[in-house]
Amino acid sequence: MGSLRSSMNKRLTREIRPFRTFLFATIALGVLATVVTIVQWALFARIVDRVFLKQQTLTQVGALLGGLLLAILARAALIWLRSLVAQEGALRVKAELRDRLFQQLMRLGPSYLRGERTGELVSTATDGIERLDPYFARYLPQMALSVLTPLLIVACVFPLDWISGALLLGTAPVIPILMIVVGSFAEKQMNRQWLALSRMSAYFLDMLQGLPTLKLFGRSRAEAERVARVSDEYRVRTMKVLRYAFLSGLALEFMTMAAIALIAVMLGVRLLSDDISFVTAFFILLLVPEFYRPLRDLGADRHAAMEGKSAAERIFAILDEPLPVRLAEHPATLRERSLIVELRSVCFQYPETESPAVADVSLRLEPGTRTALVGASGSGKSTIVNLLLRFLDPGEGHIAVNGIPLSELSLDAWRAEVALVPQQPYLFYGSVLDNIRLARPEATDAEVRTAADQAGAADFIEQLSDGYATQLGEQGARVSQGQAQRLALARAFLKDAPFVVLDEPTSSLDPESEERIRLALERLALGRTVLIVAHRLKTVYSADQIAVLDHGRLVECGKHDELLARGGQYAALAGAYSLAAAD
Amino acid sequence: MKTTTRLLGFLAPYRWRIALAVFLGVLTVATNTGLLATAAYLISAAALHPLLIELTAAIYLVRIFGISRAFVRYAERIVSHDVTFRLLGNLRGRLYTRLEPLAPARLAAYRSGDLLARMIRDIDELQNLFQQIAGPVLIALASAIVMVVAFAVFNPLLAVVGLAFLVVTGVGVPLLARALGRDAGRRELALRAELNAQLIDGVQGAQDLLALGRADDQRQRIVTLSAELSGLQRRMARVTGLEQALSDLGTNLAMWTILLLAIPLVGDGQIRGVYLATLGLIMLGSFEAVRPLGRAFQFLERTVAAGERIFEIADSEPEIVDPATPCAPPALASLTFDNVSFAYGPNEPLALDRVSFGLEPGNHLAIVGPSGAGKSTIANLIVRFWDPISGTIRLGTHDLRDYAQEDLRANIGLVSQNTRLFTNTLRANLRLAKPDASDDELRTALRRAQLDDLIARLPDGLDSWIGEQGMRFSGGERQRLAIARVLLKNAPLIILDEPTANLDPLTERDLLATLLDLFRDRSLLLITHRLVRLEQVDEILVLDEGRIVERGPHIDLARSAGLYQRMLEVQDGVFAVG
Repeated sequence: MGSLRSSMNKRLTREIRPFRTFLFATIALGVLATVVTIVQWALFARIVDRVFLKQQTLTQVGALLGGLLLAILARAALIWLRSLVAQEGALRVKAELRDRLFQQLMRLGPSYLRGERTGELVSTATDGIERLDPYFARYLPQMALSVLTPLLIVACVFPLDWISGALLLGTAPVIPILMIVVGSFAEKQMNRQWLALSRMSAYFLDMLQGLPTLKLFGRSRAEAERVARVSDEYRVRTMKVLRYAFLSGLALEFMTMAAIALIAVMLGVRLLSDDISFVTAFFILLLVPEFYRPLRDLGADRHAAMEGKSAAERIFAILDEPLPVRLAEHPATLRERSLIVELRSVCFQYPETESPAVADVSLRLEPGTRTALVGASGSGKSTIVNLLLRFLDPGEGHIAVNGIPLSELSLDAWRAEVALVPQQPYLFYGSVLDNIRLARPEATDAEVRTAADQAGAADFIEQLSDGYATQLGEQGARVSQGQAQRLALARAFLKDAPFVVLDEPTSSLDPESEERIRLALERLALGRTVLIVAHRLKTVYSADQIAVLDHGRLVECGKHDELLARGGQYAALAGAYSLAAAD
Repeated sequence: MKTTTRLLGFLAPYRWRIALAVFLGVLTVATNTGLLATAAYLISAAALHPLLIELTAAIYLVRIFGISRAFVRYAERIVSHDVTFRLLGNLRGRLYTRLEPLAPARLAAYRSGDLLARMIRDIDELQNLFQQIAGPVLIALASAIVMVVAFAVFNPLLAVVGLAFLVVTGVGVPLLARALGRDAGRRELALRAELNAQLIDGVQGAQDLLALGRADDQRQRIVTLSAELSGLQRRMARVTGLEQALSDLGTNLAMWTILLLAIPLVGDGQIRGVYLATLGLIMLGSFEAVRPLGRAFQFLERTVAAGERIFEIADSEPEIVDPATPCAPPALASLTFDNVSFAYGPNEPLALDRVSFGLEPGNHLAIVGPSGAGKSTIANLIVRFWDPISGTIRLGTHDLRDYAQEDLRANIGLVSQNTRLFTNTLRANLRLAKPDASDDELRTALRRAQLDDLIARLPDGLDSWIGEQGMRFSGGERQRLAIARVLLKNAPLIILDEPTANLDPLTERDLLATLLDLFRDRSLLLITHRLVRLEQVDEILVLDEGRIVERGPHIDLARSAGLYQRMLEVQDGVFAVG
C-alpha cells in the first residue's frame, strides 16, 4: 500500500503542477500552526508557573496573557488559511481531472464506452471526482504532518529534558507500526464492514424491487420476517468484524493515553526530587498529547480518504488506457465531394478476445451506391462501423478514402465527411431543435425544419406538446425507437455529408416509422456513398451490393439475385427468412 | 418537528442500550479530561514538594484514567454501533411491512431502479439517527452538566462562563456556518446535478457527439459548469474553514478566559494555586463533547429530509385492499372483462378504453398490438396490481375485488416481461412458487422449461447463487426460469406477457410451441407484440391505444386489411437472422 500511495503522490505532483504548490503550502501552514501551538503551551505553562508558584498577580502576567491571546488568534487564523489553501488545491485538481477525464473518454470513444461500463464510468466522472476532496484536501497533507509534527515536538522537548524526549522517541517507532496496523488491518476490516452494509442495502433493494414477483407467488408477507432475520444476521456478523476492527483504534488510543500517564507520573516523581523545574515539566506534559494528535486525526477521515484514493486510482487507470486510434501528425485533406471508401484487408481484434472481430475484409463503396452489410449478430458489422468512423483503427490493413488512408486524415476532418445514423440514437437533454441542430450548429430554424421534413420526422414533431421546442432526453418527452431514428436521419440530412452509415434497428418498429424511414433513406442515399447495416428485406433487395459477414470474414458480396443463385450463406439466410415469413 | 419526533420514536425500543452508550460516551470524555486535569494537578502538587505518599491518590487517578480511556471508548463504539445496526434492521423490517401492501400500484413512480435505490439510501440515512445525531447531543448535554458541576465546586462564575463558551462554540458556530453556507450548498446541489447530466449526456451520447463532431462543444459546456462549481465550492470552503477556525478559537479562548478569571481568585486565596492548571485543562477537555455537534446538525437536516420522503410513501393508503369477507375463488372459471377502462394516474391517458372480452376455461386467447397499446395493463389488472377505474373484471360470477388478493393470485401463473430473480440460490428462487417442492419436482420443472443444460452448467446445481449479485443469465434463460416457476405453481389460469422477449426468432418459435403445448389444458392469455404461432390460439384481440380494434382467429385477421395485417408485413420485412 505504501508504494502505491507514494507512486500516486508522485504522479499527482508530477502531473498536476499547481497541486504541488498547494499541497506544500498546506503542509507548511500546518507546521506553522504546530509552532504556534508550541508557543501557546509555553506561554500557558509560564503563566501558571508565575501565578501558582511565584504568586504573581494578573497585572504582572498581563503581558504573557496578551501573548497567549495573540497565539490563540494566530492559530485560528492559520487553521482557516490552511483549510482554504487545501480546498483550493483540491478544487483545482478536481476541475483539471474532470476535464482530462472527459477528454480521455471522448478519445477512447464509443467502442470503449459501450455497454455495462457506461454506468461505472459516469459515476467515476461525477461522484468519483467529488470523492477526491477529502483525500487531497485533508488526507494527503495530514500524512505529511503526522510525521513532521511529532518530529517538531520532539525537537522542542529534547533540549528541555532529554529523558522525556527519549521516552517520546522511544514510542515513535511504534507509530509507523501502528500506522501500518491502522492502515492495512483496520482498512481491510472496515472495508468488510462497508461491504456488509452495502450488501444489506442491496438485499433490501432486491426485496423491494421484487415485491410484485413476491406478491404473484403469495410470498410477500412471509418475506417480512426474513427481512428482519437477515438484518439481524448481518448485525451479528458485522459486530463480530467490528470488534476486531476497533482493536487497532484501541491500541493507538491506549498507547497515547498510557504514554501521557506514564510521562505525567514520571515528571511528578522527578519534580519531588527537584530533578526538573515545574515550568518545564508542565510544558512537556502539555506537549505530549500534541505529539500523538496528528496520528489520531489521520484515522478520523480514513474511510472517506480511502474512497477518494480508490477513486483517484480509477481515474488514473482510465487516463492511462491506450487510445484506440493513432492521430496523424501532418493530416492530409480531402478535396473531392464524392467519396470512394475502400476497406483493404482490414483486420481487427479486441483486446482480451480469442478471435478477430474482423478478419481480412476488403470492400469497395462507390459514390451513389448503397451497400448492405448483413450477417448474424457478432459477425463484425458494428466493428466495421466503428472502424469506418475511426472509433477504432484496424490492426492490419487499412481503410482508404479516395486513395488516402484514413489514418492520414485528421479525425475531425474525416468525421465531418460522415453522417452516422445509429440504431439507438442518443437524444440529448434539450429541445428537438437543438437535438437536430447538433449536426450543424449554424443551421437556421428553417434549415432544421427542412431536414426534419426530409427525414419524415416533421409530422410527429409537430404533434409533440411543444413542437420543435419540446424537451427531449432523460427528463424530457419520450419518443419511440422509430421516431428517434427519424431524428437521427434529420441530423444526417442537415449535416449533408457525402458518406452515410446507417444501422437499421434489429426489431420491427411501428408500421408508420418503418415506412417513413425507408422513404427517407431513399432520399438520403441519392448521390452519396451509403453503407447500411441491414435488417430489412426491402433494404437488402434494393442495395447495389450486399456484403455478407460471417465470424468477421466477408464470405459473399454481390447483388441479391446473384447471391441467391450462388446458393451460399446468403441464400441460407434468405431461406431462413422465407421460412419465418411463410407461417 | 413532527418528523423529528416521529424519527426519534424509532429509538424508543433501545432506550437502555442508548443510555449505556451515552453513559460510556460521557465517560470517554471524562476520562480524557480527567487524565489531563489530574496529570496537571499531580505535577502542580509535586512542585510543592510534599511527601510522596500525599501524591499517591493523584498518581493512581492518572494511571486509571490513562488506562481506562481506551477501553471505555472501545466499549462505547461497540455499544453504539450495535444500537445502530439494531435500529437499521428494525427500520427495514417496519418499512417493508408498510411498503408491502403498496406495491406495485403506489410504488409505480419508483419503478425505475434509481428512485428505489434513492429510497434505500434514504433508509440508510436514518441509521445516523442515533450515532450521529441523538447520541452526540445527549453526550454533549450530559458532559456539559458534569463540567458545570466540576467548575461550580470551585466557583460559580467559572461554571457560567465555561457553559457559555461550550454553547457558543458547540451550537452557535455550527449554526452560523449552516446559515452562511446554506444558500451556496443548495446551489451547489443544483449545479452538480446539471454537471452530472452533461457528463452523462457526454458519455452515453459519445457516439453521436463524436460522429457529429460536437465532442468539443460538450467539453466546453462541462469546463464552464466545472468552473462555476469550483467557484461555489470555493465559497463553501471559506465557510467550512471559518467553522473550523472559530471552533478552535472558541476552545482556546475559553481556556484563556478561565485563566483570566481564575488568576485573581488564586490571588485572593479563593482557589488554591495548585488547581489553576487543572481548571484550564478541564475547560479544554470538555470541548471534546461538543465538537461532534456540528456534524450532528448537518446529519439532522439530511436525516429529517430523508425521513420526510420515506414517511410520505409509507403513509400512503394501499390502492388495493382485501374485502372484509372474501369469497373463495373457483378453480375452474371463465374470466370476463366487461367494459373495463383504466389509467395509471388521474392525469394520465387511458391505458385501456372500454375493453370487453371473455376467456373460457381451457381456451387460449392472444392479445397483440404495438408497444404502448395497453397489453401489459390487462395482465396487471387480472392479478389485481391495480383496479379498473370503470367496468368490472369477473372470475366466475364474482368481481375480482370480492376475492382476497393472495387467493386470487394463487390461481394465476404469470410470466411477465420483467421477471425478477432474487439474489439467492436457484432452489430458493424456484421454491418461491412452491415452498415445499422437492428437488425432483424442481428438476422436472426446469427440464420442461428446457433448462436441463443450464443446471448441468451451473457449478453448484440448485445451490448456485443467482440474481443481481450471483450468476448472470441471458434474457432467454431468465424467461425460461420464470416459466419453470409458473410450471411449479400449477395454476389454472396462465398469463404469458411477452414470454419470448429477448429471444432470437428460431428459439422463439420453439419455445412458444412448447408453451402452448405445456399449457394445452389450461386457460391461457398470451400477450405479445410478436405475431408468431398465433394460428394456434382460439382468438386474437388486437389492441391499439387502449382499444380493441380487431378480434378473431389468425386466419381471418391475416386477410382483413387492418392493423394486424400491417404488423405482420412489417415483422416479415425484418431479416430473420441478426
